[in-house]
Amino acid sequence: MNLDDALQLFIIEARELLEEMEEALLRVEQTPDDVETINAIFRAAHTIKGSAGLFGLDHIVAFTHIAESVLVRVRNGELKIDSPLVATFLAVRDHIGSLINLLECGAEPDDKVRHVAQQLTERLRAYVGNSLPATIQTTAPPAVQAVEAPQEDGVGTDHWHLSLRFNATVLQSGLDPLAMIGYLTSFGEIAQIVTLIELVPPLSELDPEASYLGYEIRFRTDADKAKIESAFEFVREDAQISILPPHSKIADYLRLIDEMPDDDLKLGEILVRCGTLTESELAASLNRQAGNDTAPAPKIGEVLVDQKLVQPKVVEAALDKQKQAKERSGGETGLIRVNADKLDEHINMIGELIIASAGVNLLAQQHGLPNLLEAAARLSRLVEEVRDSALTLRMVQIGATFNRFNRVVRDVSADLGKDIRLEIAGAETELDKTVVEKIGDPLTHLVRNSMDHGIEHAELRVARGKPAYGTVRLNAYHDSGSIVIEVSDDGGGLNRERILAKARERGLVKNDQHLSDQDIYNLIFEAGFSTADQVSNLSGRGVGMDVVRKNITALRGAVEIESNEGYGTTTRIRLPLTLAIIDGFLVGVSRATYVVPLDMVVECVELTADESEAAHGSDYLNLRGEVLPYIRLRQLFNVQDGDSDVLAESEDDDELALPASAASSGTALLTAEGAAALAADPELAFLLHPVKRENVVVVQYAGHRAGLVVDRLMGEFQTVIRPLGTVFGGLDGISGFTILGDGNVAMILDIPGLVRRLARHEPGRRAQLAAAAAVSD
Amino acid sequence: MVSAGMELAKPPARALAPDRTGGAAEANDLQYLTFQLGSETFAIGILAIREIIEYGALTEVPMTPPFVRGVINLRGAVVPVFDLAVRFGRAPQKTSRRTCIVIVDVAAESGVEEMGIVVDAVNEVIEIPPSEIEPPPEFGARIRGDFIKGMGKVAGKFVVLLDVNRVLSVKEVAVVAAFEQQPDAAASAL
Repeated sequence: MNLDDALQLFIIEARELLEEMEEALLRVEQTPDDVETINAIFRAAHTIKGSAGLFGLDHIVAFTHIAESVLVRVRNGELKIDSPLVATFLAVRDHIGSLINLLECGAEPDDKVRHVAQQLTERLRAYVGNSLPATIQTTAPPAVQAVEAPQEDGVGTDHWHLSLRFNATVLQSGLDPLAMIGYLTSFGEIAQIVTLIELVPPLSELDPEASYLGYEIRFRTDADKAKIESAFEFVREDAQISILPPHSKIADYLRLIDEMPDDDLKLGEILVRCGTLTESELAASLNRQAGNDTAPAPKIGEVLVDQKLVQPKVVEAALDKQKQAKERSGGETGLIRVNADKLDEHINMIGELIIASAGVNLLAQQHGLPNLLEAAARLSRLVEEVRDSALTLRMVQIGATFNRFNRVVRDVSADLGKDIRLEIAGAETELDKTVVEKIGDPLTHLVRNSMDHGIEHAELRVARGKPAYGTVRLNAYHDSGSIVIEVSDDGGGLNRERILAKARERGLVKNDQHLSDQDIYNLIFEAGFSTADQVSNLSGRGVGMDVVRKNITALRGAVEIESNEGYGTTTRIRLPLTLAIIDGFLVGVSRATYVVPLDMVVECVELTADESEAAHGSDYLNLRGEVLPYIRLRQLFNVQDGDSDVLAESEDDDELALPASAASSGTALLTAEGAAALAADPELAFLLHPVKRENVVVVQYAGHRAGLVVDRLMGEFQTVIRPLGTVFGGLDGISGFTILGDGNVAMILDIPGLVRRLARHEPGRRAQLAAAAAVSD
Repeated sequence: MVSAGMELAKPPARALAPDRTGGAAEANDLQYLTFQLGSETFAIGILAIREIIEYGALTEVPMTPPFVRGVINLRGAVVPVFDLAVRFGRAPQKTSRRTCIVIVDVAAESGVEEMGIVVDAVNEVIEIPPSEIEPPPEFGARIRGDFIKGMGKVAGKFVVLLDVNRVLSVKEVAVVAAFEQQPDAAASAL
């Protein structure tokens, strides 16, 4: 086993444990009596200490050791968990974290870190009390206290008895039996040790890297069984370990004799030699063993309870814990850590595959061979499935990101002197890993803002008839092809007038300009904008909200604010589900092709010349009684129809290529005779002249609806998004490029961007859009 | 004898090797691709040039300044293409059979970026030694002075050597700045 790899593993594990520890600490603050949570904290500290010991990281061991001593007292009910203790332990957790970070960089702790360590050590010492020496000393565990005095067939010894048989491979796994035995002496005294050398082979067959020795140890300690077991925590799978408590029953020794692989008579003798058993006890036990041969062996738990060694409750707990451990290890084996770069490469390749398969499809359609068409269809279906499964590989739950905020909220509320609670919902919502990584900072900023500016001080809250404690809520959910993340608080809400006044002062808004609430709230995203009268160390400097918006825009997302003065503010971040591949809907305008994200397409309707005229030059239509504002892509993008002959050609193409849409639009397909007949009838002649038809793609985004007027509808297309790059990065209305099956480049429309663009250039039209949206909502 | 001959042959080859590569790098430095924009001849250092492809399959990008011709699919990558004539303030040229797209490497913040320029015709690769390169004139070249790296003397005539990183400076050609400046005719037409 490569030590570097092992160390890397230790670092990763330690970080995970620290995260668990933090989570447990935050939980235990709310429910101080939860034994399971306290145990979780203890386990984390203990495992880190144990592993660090294996790597000889003495500074980590020493520091964690003291923390552990305090935790032992907590576990034994001698110390009560309270806020200061949790605070101390959060600091301890952070310090261990920074030690681990240093370890990763290969750096030694500097003076500053040492100073922190010393301070924390002193704080912890105060909890341990002066009476305790530096080494671990624990009181007798409750389990043992409950044991009744030994009965007549008990063994008259007050020592623990440990039987250790390490597998031959134990040294190769990087574990040192000697170190573990040495560790025992840190909390007890080895009264006697007998080494079993029977398994050592002749020198010629001896493998210097194998372990052949077994040990029988008589051990005196005040620690409980778990503590002793913990010494062997890492070899559980590589060794057979039996630990018998003092004053054990003869039966236990019998079972020990049964379970150990060595010849049982031999073992009995060793036990005698070790002083655990006397000669007569051994004789008695062997007799009993002989007599019990026929009876079925009782279950270990039952035996323990029968002999009043432990209480039934304890056994239940032990079984539960065992089950949990099994589940956990089952979960771990189901996961593989994969390098993110490999995953990205894989997804890029699938992107190429999709483009290639679209090319095959196009060729198949051009050639029209039924077999080829069928094969191409099968191929593209498979590619689609591969794409979907590949994309889910990148999806992670947002819960881990949300949980980090427990700590943020706790620390910040302590700094601010406010009582603020965090509520989390939708933690299981999945989104792209890249997005999760990049959303952390903006979220932190929003949460801090809510806590600092949003939530009022307790007196004011009570005066306003709200609970004294404030609530910050994080929520995530899916909504029509995007992920929505909400940060909301039940604080004072945004002060519309104050924002407006500030904006006028700064010249962002003209005095006579009329703005909607939404526009005013959006002002806080302007760079350098702050209404805070006082600048705190958290926020109020007006740096940040613009960065929040920039970060979110960079993820192709959008952010909006909903505020209710006196009742709170909700900031809603809307992000695309994935950054790499989407389902698109192809539309054509003249010769140009555009892609609309399919998730946003609601329906397609026809825009007849009559309807277009009926709107009296305004751009909205009547969609089943609702007003639907629309965008003419041809005009917005100033699409040139090119040379006149090219135009004529393409128009011809349109009419020939789209008989299906002609049929669907209600114009019957005409046969030659029919056409002649119609031509003869002047009233039906109009059917011969193709009506100039346009199609409207109805799109929905964030509750708003709009129509896009296009020439052609070309169907669904799996779209691999190519970023705009530095040159086109600032383009509003286009969110990316994609390569079509024929090798041409098409643009992916950014619907919110288009609407924004229109709104900006046409203030009057915006009111119309808003009104229309309100109607369609 | 054969082995001895090989022995003999080796040292000179070894001695030549570093010389040759050094010479090649120098030669590349001196080599320029000349091309035609209308009736004018320009040149770009060959090291900045990736490849030359036929003009075609270009997708226009709406809402961009006129010197942005559009984008092309270059083996799966989307590459922006600029009209050099318009960038220099000339009228856009009609495409002909000889129109090409020259793919060049342009320095950007995140390393090197590929961009395309439309030229009316590609002439040849020529060698211009530094001694034959004059500093740019203060005026009179009818293009911005900072676009010119120098004036190369070729067969008694001057050829404008272009500084690609200036002509296609990402800061200047990036669309955001350009379209904010010009009032949007398309949108106001709505």
